[in-house]
Amino acid sequence: MSEIQLFKVTIDNITIEVPAGTSILHAARQIGGDVAPPAMCFYSKLEGSGGKCRTCLVEVSKGSEKDPRPMPKLVASCRTNVMDGMEVKNITSPKVIDARAGIVEFLLLNHPLDCPVCDQAGECHLQDLSFEHGKADTRYEFQRRTFPKHDLGKYIQLHMTRCILCYRCVFVADQLTNKREHGILDRGDHSEIATLIEKNLDNDFIGNVIDVCPVGALTDKTFRFKNRVWFLKPMDAHRNCPTCSGKVTLWNRGEEVYRVTARKDQWGEVEDWICNDCRFEKKQSSDWTIEGPRLIDRHSVIAQGHYAGTVGTNIPTETFKAVHAGRDPKLLMDIHSVSEVNPTDIELSLINGPAHSNNFNSNKD
Amino acid sequence: MGRKLLLEKAHVPGIRSYEVYRREGGYASVEKALKTMSPEAIVEEVKKSGLRGRGGAGFPAGLKWSFIAKPEGVPRHLVCNADESEPGTFKDRYLMEFIPHLLIEGLIVSSYALGSHATYIYIRGEYAWITDILEQAINEAKANGFLGKNILGTGFDCEIYVHRGAGAYICGEETALIESLEGKRGNPRIKPPFPAIKGAWGRPTVVNNVETLASVVPIINLGGEEYATIGVGKSTGTKLISACGNINKPGVYEIDMTISVEEFLYSDEYCGGIPNGKKLKACIPGGSSVPILPANLLLKTAKGETRYMNYESLSDGGFASGSMMGSGGFIVLDEDQCIVRNTYSLARFYRHESCGQCSPCREGTGWMEKLLYRLEKGEGKSSDIDLLWDIQSKIEGNTICPLGDAAAWPVAAAIRHFRDEFEWHVTHAAEAQTSNFGLAHYADPIHVPTV
Repeated sequence: MSEIQLFKVTIDNITIEVPAGTSILHAARQIGGDVAPPAMCFYSKLEGSGGKCRTCLVEVSKGSEKDPRPMPKLVASCRTNVMDGMEVKNITSPKVIDARAGIVEFLLLNHPLDCPVCDQAGECHLQDLSFEHGKADTRYEFQRRTFPKHDLGKYIQLHMTRCILCYRCVFVADQLTNKREHGILDRGDHSEIATLIEKNLDNDFIGNVIDVCPVGALTDKTFRFKNRVWFLKPMDAHRNCPTCSGKVTLWNRGEEVYRVTARKDQWGEVEDWICNDCRFEKKQSSDWTIEGPRLIDRHSVIAQGHYAGTVGTNIPTETFKAVHAGRDPKLLMDIHSVSEVNPTDIELSLINGPAHSNNFNSNKD
Repeated sequence: MGRKLLLEKAHVPGIRSYEVYRREGGYASVEKALKTMSPEAIVEEVKKSGLRGRGGAGFPAGLKWSFIAKPEGVPRHLVCNADESEPGTFKDRYLMEFIPHLLIEGLIVSSYALGSHATYIYIRGEYAWITDILEQAINEAKANGFLGKNILGTGFDCEIYVHRGAGAYICGEETALIESLEGKRGNPRIKPPFPAIKGAWGRPTVVNNVETLASVVPIINLGGEEYATIGVGKSTGTKLISACGNINKPGVYEIDMTISVEEFLYSDEYCGGIPNGKKLKACIPGGSSVPILPANLLLKTAKGETRYMNYESLSDGGFASGSMMGSGGFIVLDEDQCIVRNTYSLARFYRHESCGQCSPCREGTGWMEKLLYRLEKGEGKSSDIDLLWDIQSKIEGNTICPLGDAAAWPVAAAIRHFRDEFEWHVTHAAEAQTSNFGLAHYADPIHVPTV
C-alpha cells in the first residue's frame, strides 16, 4: 500500500495532521470540542450531503503552504478539503461567529418552536444549535409559514413546519432504498418534503430517515407523544436480524421498550442503519439481547442523573485530588463539630417522610 | 457611431434563413477555424481577444476555456446558457430571434475549440418560439454540412441540441443549469468541483452565455488582436445592452464600451433621453441584481470623473459608489419612480426564484420581501431599515451560489443611496401611499445633458 499523504492543518490555532482528502469539518472533529463546527445537513454516511445549511461556515485565513492567500468568502467546512499548511478559524473568527448567528436566526425564522410538544426535543440538533449560537428573541414579526399536511404512512410522521430542508432524508432514500418516493417539491421558502401525490413510504430501510433528521420533522409514529426522551433509559441491544445488523439502542422505561433507534455517535450520526422491522415492530424486551446502558454525552439532557452509581457508566471523576497532588480538599470547618443539626449518625434517607426535630431528639436519648 | 460586430446584419431581410445569412458572409469563421486552425489556436485567439463573459460575472472567456480538463476517453461538452431570466436583460433573446445563425456559427467554432461533439443550448422555457427558430437554424446548418458528421470534410463531428428549461431563474446559474440539463431539480451544485472538471454527467463542461459564444465569430473573422483593439482596457469588443425603463427608445444596442453613460442615456443614437421632460433619478446599469445608482453617481464617479459604459468604469468606486456591468440590462428610473417599491418588486422576484437549498437565501429573501412590503405599504418601522441591512449582510457571501448575493445587493444599494426615501415611507406613511418622494437630492447637482 502506498504511503498516505498527510496534510498539516491548523484549526483555531491547534495543529493536527490528517490524510489528504479530509474535509475541514472532519479534521476539526478529530480535534473535537468547541473547535468542531456544528453541522445540520452534513452526514458522513450520506454521499453528497452537506453544504446546504451553512452553519459549518469557517474562515480560511491561509489557503495552503503553496498558496497562502486567504479564501475570500467563508467556506462550508463540510465540503471543503484541507490543504497542506491550511489555517482555519472557527470560533476564533468574529466573522464566523457573526455569520453563524445569522444562519441560526434564518433557520429559526419559520421554525414553530413547538419543542414542548415535539418528540425530537432533547435530542434535536436545532435546539443545541440555537442554545449555543442563537439569540433569546426573534426579529421576525410575520406569520410563520405552514404547509398542507402529508401522510407518509403508518410509521413516519412528517411535520413540515419544523423542517430545515437539510435534504438528508432525500439522500437516505436515494442511497439506502432502491426507489425514492419522497423528495423536495416546489422552490424557495415554500419548498417542502413530500411524496408527489400521497404515497406511503414503505421501504424496509426508510425508517432511517427518522434517525438522520436533525430536527423533529420526521419522527417515529409508534413513539409519537408516548414519552419524553430524557425520561427514557437508552440501552444498547442487539438481535439476530436477517435484514440489518440488528445493533440498536432501546429506549426503555422500566421493562417497557418505548422506541428503538440506531446507535448514534457523539456527532449524532448512526453507527449502523437498521431496518423497519427492528425499529417499529420489535418492542418487547424479550426480542432483544441487552448489552448494557448506552453512553450518552453527559452534557445531554438525556444523560442527566440516569446511571449514577450503576453498571457500565462513568461517574464524573473528582478532579480536585488530581490537580492538588493527591491532597483531599481542605475543610475550613467541620460543620458537625459545631452544630447539632443533621448529626452524621442519622441516616436521613431512612426517615419516613420529612425529618422532624423529634427524629433527632429521639435519637439522642 | 460605434462599430457593430454582432448585430451588424441583424436587420437584413431574411437573415434568419441560411441562404441570406450565408450570402452575407455567414459561416466564414467555421470554414476558417475548422480548415486552418487547431483547437488550441482558437482558444489562444479567444484569450488574445480579451473577451469577457457576457452573462454577468465578466470572467475572461479564453481563460475559462483553458481550464477545461481533458481526460482520455471522456467526452466534453459545451453548453450555451440561453436561460436569460434577469429582469431587465433581453439581449440574448434579440440576438437569437433576429440572427440565430450567428449563435449556431459561434457554437460550431467553440465546440471545435473545446472538442465538444454534443453541444447544448439551454434555453429558458418562456422563450418557446425561439426554440423553433433555433431548431430551424440548426436543421438548415445541418443540411448544408456545417453540423453533423464530418463537418466540411474536416472529420469533426458536432451536434447541437436545444434543451428547454421550465422557467427558473436559478437555472441560469451554471451548475443549476447542468443539473437541470441532466433532468434533475435545478439546484446549484457545491463548487468545487467546477464544471470545467466535472460538469454535465460528470464530464468536463464549459457553460457560456449566448452573447459570449456569438462573439467568437467576429474574433475568428477579425483575429483576436484586432478584436482586442475595439473597446477600452480590459473591456474589449462590443457589448449588447438592453435598455429599458423610462427612456425614449428602449431596445437592444450594441456599443463598443468607449461611450460614456451620459452619451448612452441621452444621445438619440441610443436611449434618446427620458420622456416627458422628466429628470433621471436612478439607474440599474447591469440587470436587476447589480447595485442601483442614483443619478449623480451614475453619470460621474465619486471622484468626479465621467463614467463610461464598460466593466471597469461602471464598477469604479466598488459597491460604495459604483455598480457593475452585469449582464447589460440597463434599467432607467425617472423622478416619478419609487425606490422602495422598485426594491420590493426585486426582492419579490428573488424570493420567488430562490431554489430553497441553502438557508440564508431561502429564509432571508422571504424575510426581506415581507419587510419591504410593509415599508412600501406604509406600515413599516424605522428599525426595519436597519434590519433589512443586517439581513442582506447575513445573506451576502454565505450562500452556495450567487443568487444570494444577487438578492442582497439591490437591497443594500437601495438603502445605501436612498435611505431617506425609506425613512420617508416610515415617517410619512399616509403620504407615501398617494404621492412620491420625488427626485430629492439624488441628482444633486441637477444634471443638464450635453448631448
